[in-house]
Amino acid sequence: MRPIRVLVAKAGLDSHDRGAKVIARALRDAGMEVIYTGLHRTPEHVVAAAIQEDVDVVAISLLSGAHLTVVPKIIAGLRAEGADDVLMMLGGIVPDEDVGPLREAGVAAVFGPGTDTEEVVEFIRGHVRAGSPA
Amino acid sequence: MSSRPREAAERAPAFRTLSGRDVQRVYRPEDVAGLDYAKDLGDPGVYPYTRGPYDTMYRGRLWTMRQFAGFGSAEQTNERFKYLLQQGQTGLSVAFDYPRLLGLDSDHPRSEGEVGKMGVAIDTLEDMERLFDGIPLDQVSTSMTINSGAIVMLCMYLGVAERQGVTWDKVAGTIQNDILKEYTAQKTYIFPPRPSMRLITDMFAFCGERVPRWNSVSISGYHIREAGSTAGQELAFTLADGFAYVEAGRDLGLPYETFVPRLSFFFDVHMDFFEEIAKLRAARRIWARRLREKYGIEDPRCLRLRFHAQTAGCSLTAQQPLVNVVRTAIEALAGVLGGCQSLHTNSFDEALALPSEEAVRIALRTQQVIAEETGVSNTADPLAGSYFLESLTNDLEREAVAYFDKIEALGGVIPAIEAGFFQREIADASYQYQQRLQRGELAVVGVNKYTLDEKEPVEILRIDPEVERTQIRRVQAHRAARDQGRVDAALAAVKRAAAGSSNLMPPILDALRAGATFGETCDQMRAVFGEYVEPIIF
Repeated sequence: MRPIRVLVAKAGLDSHDRGAKVIARALRDAGMEVIYTGLHRTPEHVVAAAIQEDVDVVAISLLSGAHLTVVPKIIAGLRAEGADDVLMMLGGIVPDEDVGPLREAGVAAVFGPGTDTEEVVEFIRGHVRAGSPA
Repeated sequence: MSSRPREAAERAPAFRTLSGRDVQRVYRPEDVAGLDYAKDLGDPGVYPYTRGPYDTMYRGRLWTMRQFAGFGSAEQTNERFKYLLQQGQTGLSVAFDYPRLLGLDSDHPRSEGEVGKMGVAIDTLEDMERLFDGIPLDQVSTSMTINSGAIVMLCMYLGVAERQGVTWDKVAGTIQNDILKEYTAQKTYIFPPRPSMRLITDMFAFCGERVPRWNSVSISGYHIREAGSTAGQELAFTLADGFAYVEAGRDLGLPYETFVPRLSFFFDVHMDFFEEIAKLRAARRIWARRLREKYGIEDPRCLRLRFHAQTAGCSLTAQQPLVNVVRTAIEALAGVLGGCQSLHTNSFDEALALPSEEAVRIALRTQQVIAEETGVSNTADPLAGSYFLESLTNDLEREAVAYFDKIEALGGVIPAIEAGFFQREIADASYQYQQRLQRGELAVVGVNKYTLDEKEPVEILRIDPEVERTQIRRVQAHRAARDQGRVDAALAAVKRAAAGSSNLMPPILDALRAGATFGETCDQMRAVFGEYVEPIIF
C-alpha cells in the first residue's frame, strides 16, 4: 500500500508559514509523502496541484480570516474535478462560529493554535479514504 | 566528622532557555571574568552603547507607547487611532491588510475575502487622508508596517502631509521597509531581492535630503523570531540584514551619516526574561562595535542602535486567553529593562482575532503601569553587572558573530537567502521548538500544562464583509472619476524610472497626486522587476 499523500497548501494572501511547515515536516516524519505548495497560492492553483499530485489529503493553512472565501472554492474545485473523496483539513485561526459552516462545506476537521502534530497525524490516518490509491 | 554538604537534587536533568541555551545553577564573578566596563559596557549614551543609546534614557523621555493598529476601512482605523491616542499612547503604528502588503488593490481577484481583514484597506491617497483625518502629521510620529510596497506607502504618507499643509521636514516616523527579512520570515515579498534593495536605497537618498526626521527602515528581528528562530538567530540575522543595508547605501555612494543614523531596529520580546534582555543589550554592543571595527564609522549618531520592541505574538495562547495579559506584561517589562525606544504590547485576544477595544486598552495600560508604578524607568540599564545577565549578553554576542562568519562565507545576506540558509535555520529551530514542547521539555500554561476543558468565551473583533464591498465600490468610483490620461502618463513615468536608475520617489509621488491607486503603482514595478517565487523549504 502506498504512503498517504498530502498536499499542504497556503491559500490566499496569508503569509504565515510557520505552522504549515511544521505540519508538513511532521507528516513527512510520520511516513507520509508531503507536497508543500509554498505561499500565496490561488484556490485554482491548489486544486490543480492536488489533482496533479494525486493526493489523498489537502491540508490548508489559513490565518488571515479569508477561510470562508477561499476554502469553499477549493472544495468546489476539487469536486468539479471528481476528487470527492480527498480528505479536506484546515489549520489556522478560525473563529468558533465558522467551524460549523466549514464542516458542512466539506472540511473534515479544523485545527487551531496549540494543536499537537501527533493529533493531526492520527486524524489523517483515521480518516483518509480506505484503500487509497484511487 | 567530615561530610560533604548534601547536594540537593534538581527538578530536571537540564535547565535551558527558551532558545535551548544551557543555564547554570548559579553565576559567579568568574563567569564574567575579563568584562571591562569601558570596553564592554560603557555608560548609557557612550560607546559601545550596551547600556542604552542615550545618557538619560527614560528619565529624559519614556519609550514611545506605540500600539500596532489597523482593520477594516480607513475610517474605522482612524477611530481606533484616536481612541488609542486618547487613552495615552504616544505614537501611531499602522497595520495594512494583506492586499496592501502584497501590492494589490481591493478589487483585484486575489484580494477577495482579504480586504480589511488583517489590517486597514488603503487604495488611494483619499483613503490615506481618511486614515489620518483629524490627526495633523506634524503632531504625531507614525510607524507603518509595509515592506515590498513601502516606497509607495511612504509617498502616500508624504502626499497626505502635503494635503494637510505639513512640510516634510516636520514629518516624523518609521516605515518598516526591511525587504531582506521578507524572503526569510515575514514573506510579504513582491519583487526579487536586488531590485527591492534599489527601492530601499532610493528611499535612503530621498529621506536623507527631504524627510530628515524619518526612519527609512525598521530592520526587524520580530518576524524572524515569530517564524520560529532562536534568540541568537533573531539577533544575528537582524544585524546581518542591518549591515547589508549599510553596505547597500555605501555602495550607492551615500555618505554614512546621511542614512545610517536613520536605520532603526525592531526586536521581539519573548518569554525567557533574561535571555531577551541580554539579546537587546548584545544588539547595541554588536552594532556599534562592528560598524566601527569593520566599516570605520565613528559618528555616534550612526553607532547607537535604536529599536522598537513588540511582545511575542507567538507566545500568546488561544487557550485561557486572559493569561496572555500576564505574558505580555512580563515581556513588556523585559523590553523596558532591555532599553527599547518604542514598545507595542499585544492584546490578550490576539491568538484569536485582531484586538478588541477592551483588549488593546489593557495592553496599553500594561505599559503605563510599568512606566508609572514600578520604578524601573528611574535608572538606565538597571540589571547591568548581573553575573547572569552579562554572561548571557557575552554569549549571545559570540553566537551572533559565529553566524556573521557563516553568512560571509556564503557571500553575504542575499546569496545566503538564495541558498536558503536562513529559511532552513528558522525551519529547523521552529520544528525543534515544537518537538521540545510536545515532549514536555517546554511548558506552555494552558496548552500542555494546567489545561482546562471548558473554553473561556471571548468577544472577538469581527470584520464586516461590507467593508470589502464598500472598498471595491470606492476604488472603482475613484478610477471612473479621475483624469485617466494623466494617470496613464504618470504611471508610465514610474515604469520608465523603474527600468532606469533615477530615484523612484518623485514619479511615484506624481502618480499618486494624479490619482493612481496603490496597486496600480506597484504594478509598474512588477512589470519591470518581476515577482519573486520562493524555494520550497520545510
